[in-house]
Amino acid sequence: MQGGLPSLELVERVCSGERRAVARMLSRAEAGGEEAREALDLLYRRAGRAHVVGMTGVPGSGKSTLVAKLIAAALAAGRRIGVVAIDPSSPFSGGAILGDRIRMGEVSGHPAVFVRSMASRGALGGLAPGTLEAVDVLDAAGYDMVFVETVGVGQDEVDVVRAAHTTVVVSAPGLGDDIQAIKAGILEIADVHVVSKGDKPEADRTVTDLKAMLGLALPAAGLKRPVPVIKTSSARGEGIGELLAAIDAHRDHLVASGEYQGRRQAIRERRTLKAAEQILHEEFERHRQGRMADLVAELAAGTLSPQTAARRLVARIGTEIVP
Amino acid sequence: MAEAIRVIVAKVGLDGHDRGVKIVARTLRDAGMDVIYTGLHRTPEEVVEAAVQEDVDVLGVSILSGAHMTVFPRLLKLLAERDAEDVIVVGGGVMPEGDVAQLKALGVKEVLLQDTPPEAIVATIRRLVAERGPK
Ligand SMILES: Nc1nc2c(ncn2[C@@H]2O[C@H](COP(=O)(O)OP(=O)(O)OP(=O)(O)O)[C@@H](O)[C@H]2O)c(=O)[nH]1
Ligand SMILES: [Mg+2]
Repeated sequence: MQGGLPSLELVERVCSGERRAVARMLSRAEAGGEEAREALDLLYRRAGRAHVVGMTGVPGSGKSTLVAKLIAAALAAGRRIGVVAIDPSSPFSGGAILGDRIRMGEVSGHPAVFVRSMASRGALGGLAPGTLEAVDVLDAAGYDMVFVETVGVGQDEVDVVRAAHTTVVVSAPGLGDDIQAIKAGILEIADVHVVSKGDKPEADRTVTDLKAMLGLALPAAGLKRPVPVIKTSSARGEGIGELLAAIDAHRDHLVASGEYQGRRQAIRERRTLKAAEQILHEEFERHRQGRMADLVAELAAGTLSPQTAARRLVARIGTEIVP
Repeated sequence: MAEAIRVIVAKVGLDGHDRGVKIVARTLRDAGMDVIYTGLHRTPEEVVEAAVQEDVDVLGVSILSGAHMTVFPRLLKLLAERDAEDVIVVGGGVMPEGDVAQLKALGVKEVLLQDTPPEAIVATIRRLVAERGPK
């Protein structure tokens, strides 16, 4: 493929599902530059059909392996599946080893599957910058189910709710303190709970513990719908069909109850706020050094308080932004 | 945000272990690159499909089994068929000098033999990506 193609020229090719164009557009979404903004806006408007499923849980809990199994099951049902799989960037070099594909070897080459790895670039909360735009690209390209595998952080990964219509939380038996590792925040974001590695003898205990915790935590959080807990074993291929059915049932429930529109609107609003934060942060970083230089003399003389200096530092931030 | 160089490191065929490619993967990560690792025993078709989906700058394939003269031409052909001839193919492993020259004539951009020091691997990849121009 020719290098340096304008992003706008890729839009139609993405929508017709041309793989090279989809792949290149995903790179542009990840880079997040101004050049691609209009193209990504167009793709955003062409998106909106895909069922976006977040997969989260502690490192090594079996998320990627499970996604591979779910893909195989969904393919059998004639669906087209996209995946965005995020792994952590090294805080030292900024580089990353993206290993989620290792588990998806067999299915990732199928013509109805598109798997893309992304580095977290230091973003907290399990997603990477550009993840949500990448989901739009896959959605616009006609993938009707898109899995987002978050970085395995294990707690406070609420970011995935900015992307997903259905959030699956994966817990594995025998990972340290087990269930204790699942913080309240992550219990509540789950629409479906999975206890993975069900072939391990401790799995039943994990299921019992999890159900007990849910029984205590969820009424307190005011949740109406009972959250299913499904035991799976990717190794033995058990529980996979049941999990896919639970994911579909959750979407059907959202649609039937009218919650689907509300959830999608909530996602739009959260995305907007997060993007605004990001823009403000970048603007602040851009101006910080220069403006600080203007303040150091007064700070040194003791004539300016840190509080007032800070207000001067951020005054007019964002005024140069062109919508 | 500066785009990180994206590299796939792959093992094709029956080669038994992946210690070498894992070391290379870590070296590249520590140089700030995003490294996609696909695991052992991949077919050329799988590796090329992964390179396409991941929109990598560089496809690095290490071969110790002696199959390089069949694998690399196959990879290049598959990349061309997939409109992905712009992916920079770099070979690694062990092979005779004569084969290196032949592979380079076919379109493999560089061959880094087994004892190439880490800094040289990083420098070669950066140079090849810079020479290619914008993605
Ligand atoms: N016994 C058993 N092991 C499993 C099962 N599923 C996955 N594993 C193993 O668990 C380990 C981690 O699996 P992954 O799928 O990479 O887990 P992950 O949650 O994607 O890991 P990160 O992306 O690194 O957070 C691997 O060694 C798998 O082979 C299972 O059903 N049973
Ligand atoms: Mg994973």
